[in-house]
Amino acid sequence: MALRFELVTPAKLVRSEDVHMVVVPGSEGEFGVLEGHAPLMSTIRDGAVQVYKTEGAEPETIEVRGGFAEVGENGLTVLAEHVEG
Amino acid sequence: MASLKELKGRINSVKSTQKITKAKQMVAAAKLRRAQAAAEAARPYAERLSGVMASLAGKVSGDSAPQLLAGNGADQRHLLVVVNTDKGLCGGLNANIVKAAKAKARALIAEGKEVRFYLVGKKGRAPIKRDFAERIEKHFDTSEVRTPGFEEAEAIADDLIGRFEQGEFDIAHLIYPVFRSALAQDPTVDQLIPVPSPESDAGTGGDAVVDYEPGEEEILEELLPRYVKTQLFGSLLEREASEQGASMTAMDNATRNAGDLINKLTIQYNRSRQAAITTELIEIIAGAEAL
Repeated sequence: MALRFELVTPAKLVRSEDVHMVVVPGSEGEFGVLEGHAPLMSTIRDGAVQVYKTEGAEPETIEVRGGFAEVGENGLTVLAEHVEG
Repeated sequence: MASLKELKGRINSVKSTQKITKAKQMVAAAKLRRAQAAAEAARPYAERLSGVMASLAGKVSGDSAPQLLAGNGADQRHLLVVVNTDKGLCGGLNANIVKAAKAKARALIAEGKEVRFYLVGKKGRAPIKRDFAERIEKHFDTSEVRTPGFEEAEAIADDLIGRFEQGEFDIAHLIYPVFRSALAQDPTVDQLIPVPSPESDAGTGGDAVVDYEPGEEEILEELLPRYVKTQLFGSLLEREASEQGASMTAMDNATRNAGDLINKLTIQYNRSRQAAITTELIEIIAGAEAL
C-alpha cells in the first residue's frame, strides 16, 4: 500500500517516490492524502508539505510556495513554484 | 606580393583569433550540456501543467472562462514577444529569430493589424529597430543575470499579464528558438496570450469525478498566469540551449577556417622565403661569374 508522490518545480523534478501519506497545505485547509484517495485538485498556499514515508514515521517537511496539488489515479502530484531546501 | 614580415604578422593574428574561437567553442560545449540538462529538467513540470490545463479547460468554457483563456474578443492589436540571446558569436541564430519575427510582423501588418514588439535579450534590438523602430514597446534585459531562471520568466509574465489586463494588446505571440540539436535551432512562433486551449486527450479525467478546491474557475484563474510563466521559462531555457549549441557549431567552423587560413598563409610564407633565398643565391653566383 503506497502512494506515488511527485513534487515538481519548474526547475526540476524534486521528488518521485512511493510514500505512505502526504499532508498538503491546501488553500482551504490542510488535507492528508493516502493511497486510493478520490481524484482531487486544489490550489495550495505557502506552507509545509509533510511526507510520511511509512505509517507512524516522523514526517519529513518540505517548504513549498505557490502551486497546485493534483490527486489522480497515479498518485499525488504537487506542482510548486518554489521549493525551499 | 606581401613581404615576409607582413605575412608573419598575418599568420600570428589568425593564430590568436583561432585561439579565441577554440576557447569559445569549448566553453559553449560545456555550457550546452548544462543548458540541455536544465531544459530537460523543466519538462516534467510543463507536461503536468498542460495536462492539468487540458482537463480543466474542457470543463470551464463559454462565458465563465477567464480572459486569459478566452481572450478579450478582439484581435486587432498584436504583441510579438521576441526572445533573443544577449551575447553574439552564435552564428545565424539571432538573425534567424529576427527574420521569423519580421515575417510574422509583416504578415500581421498586411492583414491590417497593429503590431508592437516586446524584446527579450539584447541581440534582437538593433535589427528590429532598423525596420520597426516606432513599434518597439519594451526591452526586457536579461543580460545582468548569468543564467536566466524562473524569476526572470515570472517578471516577464507579470509584466505581460498586467499589460493585457490594462488592454494594451489583444493577442501576444512568443517567438523563440527551439533547440533541436547543436546544428539546428528552429525559430518558433507560438500564441502566448490568450492561452490556446490545449487539446484534451479523452483518457484523462474523462470518467473520474474530480473534486475541485476551491472551485474549477478559481483554480483555472490561478493556473493560467502560471502557465504563461512556464511557457516563458521554457522559452528562456530553449534560448539558452540554442545559444550554446549555435555558438559551438559557429565557433567550430571558425576554428576550422582559421586553421585552413593558417595553412595557406604558411605555404605562401615559405614560398616567398624560398624565392628570396633563390634570388639572393642567383645574385651571388652572377656576381662571382662576373669577376
